[in-house]
Amino acid sequence: MAEQKKLSIIAFSGDFDKLTAVFTLGTGAAAVGYEVNIFFTFWGLDAIKQKQGRAFIGSNWLTKVFGFMMGGLSATPTSRFNFFGAGPRIFRYLMRKNNVATLEELVEAAKALGINLYACEMAMHVLGLRKEDFIPEVKDVLGVASFLQLSEGGQTLFI
Amino acid sequence: MTFVKTKIELSRLQPGDTLEVLLSEGEPLDNVPRNAREQGYNVLSVEHVEGTTHKVTIRK
Repeated sequence: MAEQKKLSIIAFSGDFDKLTAVFTLGTGAAAVGYEVNIFFTFWGLDAIKQKQGRAFIGSNWLTKVFGFMMGGLSATPTSRFNFFGAGPRIFRYLMRKNNVATLEELVEAAKALGINLYACEMAMHVLGLRKEDFIPEVKDVLGVASFLQLSEGGQTLFI
Repeated sequence: MTFVKTKIELSRLQPGDTLEVLLSEGEPLDNVPRNAREQGYNVLSVEHVEGTTHKVTIRK
């Protein structure tokens, strides 16, 4: 049997639309047999927080305020047409209406397909986040060197 | 996404079980049976249901 194909995605953005791209590509690749690794860093970490809404998560008052302002998956803004938070609601409505998977459904699909989810150690340190703040499906906390090793021999995307 | 959902449903079945999937013409109807075959599943039938909807039966 040929070696398994591999897709590794660096999820930097915490935007609703860009995270939708991350999970659409990831689940699509996993469904056709790719090994998929997603490395969440900086704003992208919002997608894998245990608390999907807004919560004061952090190690001190400043990171707690940042944590609240950033929020989790359900609080992600769209990169355009955000309209002070109405944008994601409109897009979720349009996606449901057109029978397209919503971001939440895509994340559930990623878990069901066994996609490897990783959190960036450095960004977690800056934002005062701990592994316990993330969903249990997050496999590990990594740095750049480990991610490069994981992604070697496959395709890599930065979103 | 159609194949993603199909694949997740297939993973919940036992070998020998069958899955019926309703698909629209175009990309989903091209994509799902092709990928299912490529991954070693047995595509038993593709039947026209109504309008642009087709029923694909896959055996695990």
